Amino acid sequence: MFDEMRGSEGTVRPAYAELSHWLGEVPPDVLDFRRREAEHFFRRIGITFAVYGDPEAQERLIPFDVIPRILAASEWQILHRGLEQRVKAINAYIKDVYGRREILRAGIVPEDLVFQNPVFRPEMNGQKVPHDIYVHVAGIDIVRVDAEDFYVLEDNARTPSGVSYMLENREIMLRLFPELFSRYRVAPVENYPDELLATLKSIAPPTASAEPTVVLLTPGVYNSAYYEHSFLADKLGVELVEGRDLVAKSDIIYMRTTEGFKRVDVIYRRVDDDFLDPLVFRPDSSLGVPGLMSAYQAGNVTLANAVGTGIADDKAVYSYMPDIVKFYLGEEPLLKNVPTWRCRESEHLSYVLDNIEDLVVKEVHGSGGYGMLIGPKADKNLLAAFRAKLKSDPKNFIAQPTLALSTCPTCVEEGIAPRHVDLRPFVLSGRDRIRIVPGGLTRVALKKGSLVVNSSQGGGTKDTWVLDG
Amino acid sequence: MLSRTADNLYWLARYVERAEYLARILDTTYRLTALPLTYVGTSNEWESAVATAGCASAFFAANSEANEETVTEFLAFSTDNPSSIRNCFETARVNARSVRTALTIEMWDTINGAWLELQKWGNGPRSREEFARFLRWVQESSLRFDGSAYRTMLRNDAYWFSRLGVFIERADNTARILDVKYHLLLPADERVGGPLDYFQWAAILRSVSALTAYHWVYRENVKPWLVGDLLMLRDEMPRSLASCYENLVQNLDRLGSAYGRQGNAQRQARAVRARLQNSRIEEIFQTGLHEFIDDFVEDNNQLGTAIAQQYLM
Repeated sequence: MFDEMRGSEGTVRPAYAELSHWLGEVPPDVLDFRRREAEHFFRRIGITFAVYGDPEAQERLIPFDVIPRILAASEWQILHRGLEQRVKAINAYIKDVYGRREILRAGIVPEDLVFQNPVFRPEMNGQKVPHDIYVHVAGIDIVRVDAEDFYVLEDNARTPSGVSYMLENREIMLRLFPELFSRYRVAPVENYPDELLATLKSIAPPTASAEPTVVLLTPGVYNSAYYEHSFLADKLGVELVEGRDLVAKSDIIYMRTTEGFKRVDVIYRRVDDDFLDPLVFRPDSSLGVPGLMSAYQAGNVTLANAVGTGIADDKAVYSYMPDIVKFYLGEEPLLKNVPTWRCRESEHLSYVLDNIEDLVVKEVHGSGGYGMLIGPKADKNLLAAFRAKLKSDPKNFIAQPTLALSTCPTCVEEGIAPRHVDLRPFVLSGRDRIRIVPGGLTRVALKKGSLVVNSSQGGGTKDTWVLDG
Repeated sequence: MLSRTADNLYWLARYVERAEYLARILDTTYRLTALPLTYVGTSNEWESAVATAGCASAFFAANSEANEETVTEFLAFSTDNPSSIRNCFETARVNARSVRTALTIEMWDTINGAWLELQKWGNGPRSREEFARFLRWVQESSLRFDGSAYRTMLRNDAYWFSRLGVFIERADNTARILDVKYHLLLPADERVGGPLDYFQWAAILRSVSALTAYHWVYRENVKPWLVGDLLMLRDEMPRSLASCYENLVQNLDRLGSAYGRQGNAQRQARAVRARLQNSRIEEIFQTGLHEFIDDFVEDNNQLGTAIAQQYLM
């Protein structure tokens, strides 16, 4: 078991030395008091999320842990390069899938995995997007198992969320623990909104003016990530629009303002493909804009992320990522992939069925920790139920070994104890370059021994510190 | 600015104003019912409270009798009455969440804080004392919201739209009180000056927090036509119809000049203001107070529609 503070041997690692001292000095009740202060702050500013299927808890706070997670500059260097490489490959792959399809013809990714995939969008075939960038905002989930190795757990290439927590967590830490910051040089993350805006402006359609109009499209106040949408719109200084605020006329998108219609050039959309345009996708969607796809295809408006990027972050496609990186960039992947059994292949399926109690089984299109089986934690009934599911619909599942995720000291009821963590850094791809703010969202599984960090399943968050130099 | 944002700001302000008004009505009704019957007559004050709140038909669809319990529940805590104090805060907060970016931290804090506090009141207070505290709290929340808007908002269209909401709602509320109680103001009534009317008039003034103001303006005993004058025509009285329209015209003018365009809303507001400016209280009483108020409420609604058509959709 690798602990990010105490390593595998129990000796404090250099990046954590000061924190370890500090934790030894600070009285427990002070930590507890600060923790409650943080909770009060989060509730006041309304940073909540909704849990689907739980009417009692329509708005809940994500627990915030006051002990930061620290990455040394050298560790961040590895991550930074690996993330850049990964996202470049993802963009090249999506362009190829909707274009020349070389990777399919080379037999590296199977055709049916692409064409029979519900997230594949035939509307995007042969469609040009500005500067060949499809995934402008990616949230790559990273875990580690020892001092050297970082694994990618998931590539979120559709509408990844969580960046508001990265920003708010830092803000609250700066308020609550100024003395701790005086002992460390922590790289700032507060410039993320500026970097995001620069990215979004850089991909405006060629017909846009020098100062393109950017908007953020949200499904509305009842969406679980609504707080983040409004938070980001505010920091970006752009309008937060819902589908009904936009209208398409002659393949141009306008927003309804108090001064009449105003043209929109770039839409940072946090609405899924399915709901974007009822004329093309789900006809029952009231969240989208009728005619949006037509305007998009005419090149009069840019969507970030592009339509159809799900074809890259599908969990079955995930298993091909190392090959995808090699195919497009001719480089060895810097970040590892977790070994993955694709249940669509019969040999893999029988292995999974035989070893299910040691594996994590995930739905190919699942997210948020829903519909997932953790073999070692499951009872007989659950295992049997999953075996049946696997047999009836093998394509829908992948399986992975249970990784010994790293832990990080965390405030829990019995004091300070190690808990498993992951990391979601955010990668921005614009016309000019790729931007990655040093840091990300660290999620922590608050239950002892639990590996599930999702906020919908009782996970919390931590501030992530990347040390400067 | 997005039309929807303007719409949310406008309604946010209206709902907060409405919650305060409901709290005032309830407060006043409690005071009246606390008086011996000979002072207030035999009329059912609770029924009158429902009428003043403008939801008599909805109330009697759900309740057979208007009494302390049913009216308090309906006006303050009901989840079925869309204009209960609880729902006003709920709706205000939904509106506020949709326009987080257009609000200052202080305004959001007030609305969100009020909403959180409201959860603590659960199904309502257990005693009259507690209820009195609740009503005070509602009024304080509204004052805090108004104050934080006044002190922290940029003076741009967002501010002007929220002000329009306040004054349209306030004008409607004042007119409604006068309408329900208009029979009390008719000077032809025999019992003018009797204790019954005195307390009723005082109650009207109190429900728009104008009792002290009345004495300062007129330095006289409470007289019905002066009450009418104060609440309709005196523009130094912040809840009077005249003052509301002074503010509506000003804020619409600011919008008009910022956007470089005037429209129906501006014309309608100026027309109503002119009518109020040219009216004398004696003439209003002669030609019929009820008719005058009826016309005003209609005009006020029309202005609401004109604002919506011009800016909010």
